[in-house]
Amino acid sequence: MNNFMQMIFGRLQLTEAFPREPVTAFAAVGMIMTGFLVIGALTYFKKWRWLWKEWLTTTNHKRIGVMYLAVAGIMLVRGLADALMMRTQQATSVGSAHGIVSTDTFQQVFSAHGTIMIFFVAMGFMFGLINLILPLQIGSRDVAFPFMNATSFWLFTGGMILVNVSLMLGGFSSAGWLAYPPLSESQYSPGVGVDYWIWSLQIAGIGSLLSGVNFLVTILKMRCPGMTLMKMPMFVWSVFGAMTLVVFAFPILTATLAMLALDRTFGTHFFTSGGGGNAMMYVNLIWAWGHPEVYILVLPAFGVFSEVVATFSRKRLFGYTSMVVAIWLIVLLSFTVWLHHFFTMGAGADVNAVFGIATMLISIPTGVKIFNWLFTMYRGRIRFTSPMIWFLGFVFLFTLGGVAGVLMAVPAIDFQVHNSLFLVAHFHTMIISGVLFGYFAGLTYWFPKVFGFRLSEKIGRYAAWCWIVGFVVAFTPLYILGLMGATRRLDHYSASLGWQPLFIVAGIGVGIICVGVGLQVLQLLVSIILRARQGKPLNDPWDGRTLEWATTSPPPVYNFAIIPTVTSRDEFWEQKQTKRRPAKPMYQPIMLPKNTPAGLLIGMLAMAAAFGFVWHMWWLVVIGALSAIIVLIAQSARDEQETELSVETIARIEAGEKYA
Amino acid sequence: MNNEALILHEQTVHTKTNFGFWLYVMTDCILFASLFATYAALRGNTADGPSGQTLFDLPYVLAETLVLLTSSFTCGLAILATNRQHKTQAISWFAVTMVLGLSFLALEVNEFAHLAQIGAGWQRSGFLSAYFTLVGTHGLHIVVGLVWMTIMLYQLLQRGFTAGVRRRLSLLSIFWHFLDVIWIFIFSIVYLLGVLPS
Repeated sequence: MNNFMQMIFGRLQLTEAFPREPVTAFAAVGMIMTGFLVIGALTYFKKWRWLWKEWLTTTNHKRIGVMYLAVAGIMLVRGLADALMMRTQQATSVGSAHGIVSTDTFQQVFSAHGTIMIFFVAMGFMFGLINLILPLQIGSRDVAFPFMNATSFWLFTGGMILVNVSLMLGGFSSAGWLAYPPLSESQYSPGVGVDYWIWSLQIAGIGSLLSGVNFLVTILKMRCPGMTLMKMPMFVWSVFGAMTLVVFAFPILTATLAMLALDRTFGTHFFTSGGGGNAMMYVNLIWAWGHPEVYILVLPAFGVFSEVVATFSRKRLFGYTSMVVAIWLIVLLSFTVWLHHFFTMGAGADVNAVFGIATMLISIPTGVKIFNWLFTMYRGRIRFTSPMIWFLGFVFLFTLGGVAGVLMAVPAIDFQVHNSLFLVAHFHTMIISGVLFGYFAGLTYWFPKVFGFRLSEKIGRYAAWCWIVGFVVAFTPLYILGLMGATRRLDHYSASLGWQPLFIVAGIGVGIICVGVGLQVLQLLVSIILRARQGKPLNDPWDGRTLEWATTSPPPVYNFAIIPTVTSRDEFWEQKQTKRRPAKPMYQPIMLPKNTPAGLLIGMLAMAAAFGFVWHMWWLVVIGALSAIIVLIAQSARDEQETELSVETIARIEAGEKYA
Repeated sequence: MNNEALILHEQTVHTKTNFGFWLYVMTDCILFASLFATYAALRGNTADGPSGQTLFDLPYVLAETLVLLTSSFTCGLAILATNRQHKTQAISWFAVTMVLGLSFLALEVNEFAHLAQIGAGWQRSGFLSAYFTLVGTHGLHIVVGLVWMTIMLYQLLQRGFTAGVRRRLSLLSIFWHFLDVIWIFIFSIVYLLGVLPS
C-alpha cells in the first residue's frame, strides 16, 4: 500500500505539503478563491466558448501579445507583494523584534520575487509588446511561425503557473533567484523548492528560446517591400539585437538547469561540493546566460524609448546609424562581461581587470543612445504625455544607476560592495527604470493601437510620478545602507547598527510605488469605462511616424489589407506630409493561420511533466512528456494549417464590418 | 488563390522554415558547446575513480563512428533520391539510414551499460557525470532523429512527395548531418584526447 502511494504521489505527502506559515496560507487561499471567482464568472456569463475560440486557441500575434501582457500584469502584483513583505520585514525585524515572517519564508520570498520579476514580469511585458507591435511595424501579417508563437506563450504560462503552485504545495526555493550550488544541491536544499525553480524556468526558458528564433525569422524574412534593414524602425532593430542574444544565451540556461536537475534528481556530480563537482562552473554558466539576459530585457525598452521620443518631439530620431551601431556593440560586449558578477571568486587580478574594463566599455554605446535621445528632443516640439514622463524618469535614474555600475566595474571597489544592498540598489535602478519604465511607456503609447482607445493621460501621469518618486525614496536608502555594510537578503539585524530609520524610509518608498501600481489599475478601469471618450482621435492618436499607425486601431485580423511598400524610415509620417494616398485597393485573398489548441496543450502537458519531476511522480513525467510530443507531431504533420480569407470578406471588413 | 499565388506562398513558407530550422540548429550547437565546456572543465575531476585513459576503448568507438558517418552518407543518398522524386529509392535509403542509426544507438547503450557495470556510472565522479551527459545528449538527439525518420517514412508512403513532405525531409537531413558533426567533436575531444595521458 505504502509503495503504491509512493508510486502515485512520489514524495508528495498531503499532510506535509500545505503551507503552515499564516502569510503563505493566506496568499494561497486568496489565490484559490480568485481562481474560483474567475471560473464562476466565466460560467455565469457563459463566456467559456468565447474564451476558448477567441483567446486560448488563437494563433494571432495581437491576441497572444495581449495575453502576455495580462500574465505579466498579474505577476507584477505578485512580485510587488513579495517586495512589500521584504521591506516590511527589514523595517521591523530589529533587535528583539522578529518581523512578520520566519527566516525560511523570507528566503522563499526573496527568491520568488527575483524569479517572478525577471522571468514572468519583465520577459512577459517584453514579449507582449514585441508580439503586438513588431509585425505591424514591418508591414507583415503575422510572425513567421504563428503556432510556435502560441506554444511559446503557453510554455511561459506553464512556468508561471508552476511557480504559483509552489506557494500552495510544497514551498518555493529558498536559494535565491539564481540558486547557486552547493546551497541549491539536494544535500543542503532537500525539499522541492529548488526543483520548482528549475522546472518552471526550464519550460518558460524553452518558450523564450522558441520566441527568439521566431522573431529573428520574422524580422529577417517578412519585412514589407522597400523596407531595407536601414529603413527599419528603431524598435525593430532593438528587438533584432535582443532576439539575437536570446538564441545565443538561452541554450546555456537550458543546459545549466538540466545539469543542476541531474545533480539533484539522479546524483551526478556537476556542481556538488564532493565527488569531483565544481560549483563555480555553475556560477560561470548561469551568468554566461544571465548577463546577456539583462540586455535582452533592456534593448527592446530602449527601442520603445526611441519610438516614443521621436513621436513626441515631432522629429526624426537623431543619429539613427549610431543607434544601430550602439545596439550591436551592446549585443557583442554583453557576452564578454559575465565574470563581473563574481570578481570575488578569486580568478586573479589579470582576469578581473579584463572583465572590469570590458564592463566599463558597455557604458559607451549606452551613453551614445542616451545622448541621441536627448538630441532628438533638442529643438523638437515636445509634448509631455505620460510616455515622455516615463522617459524622463528613465534618463535621470538610469544614468545614475549606470554610473554606480561603472563604479562597481572596478574590481577593487566591487570587493567592498559585493553582495551588499548597494548592488541591490544598482540593479534595481537598471531594471526598474531601464526595463519597466520602458515597457510602461510602450504600453501607454501602443495601448490605443491594440484596443482602439487611449489610457487616461491624467491618471497615467500621476502613476508615473508615484513610480519615480517612490523609486527614489525606496532605493536611495539602500545605496547608503550598502555602503554602511548591510548585506543583501538579511532577515534580521542588530539595533545597535542604526540601520532601522533608513529601512523604514525604504519601506515608505515601496508604499509609494504601490500607490503607483494602484493608480495604473485605476487608469485601466477608468479608461475602459470612458472608452467612448478615450477613443478619439481613433486611428492615429499620437500623430505617429511608423507603419503600425498606417492601419486601423485596432488592426484587422490580417493587419494590412494591402501589404504596404516603404520608401522612407518614417514611412507613415512621410505619407502624411506628402499627402500620398495608397492607390485604389485591389484586394487579393489572404492566408491566415488556423486556430489550434495544440499550443495550449503542449504548454500544459509540459507543465504536468515538470510537476512530475518536482515531486518524483515518474508516471506523470512519462505521460506528460509523451503526450506533449504526440500533440506536437500531430500538429506539425497537418498540411493545412492555414485558411483563406476571400476578397469579398476583406472588402467587407475594410468597409467597417466586424470580423466574426 | 490561383496557382501562381499558391506556388509563391509555398516558396515563402519554405524559405522561412528553412532559415528558422538553421537558427534552431545553431541554438542546439550552443547547448552542446555548454556541455563541451563543462566536460572540459570537469575532465580531470575523477574523484580517485577511473579516468578516460583506463575506460575508453578506441577501436570500439571507431566502429561507432564509422556506423554513424555511413548513416550520414546514406541519408545524403536518400535526399538525392527525394530530389529526383524516386519513391522506392528514397524509402530504401532512409530505411538503411535508420538501421545504421539504430546500430549506433545499440553500440552506445552497450558501452554505457558496460561502464555502469564496472562501477563507472554517472554518479561516480564529476568527469563521468559530464561524460555521460554530453554523450547521452547526443544519443538522445539520435533517438529524436530516428522517431522523426519513422514519421517521415509513414508520411512519404501516405502522401508521396508533397511540398510539405519534401520540406520536412530536407530539414531532417540537416538535423542528421548536424548530429554527425557533433559526433566528430565528441570523438576527437572526448575519446581521442581522453586516452592521452593527462
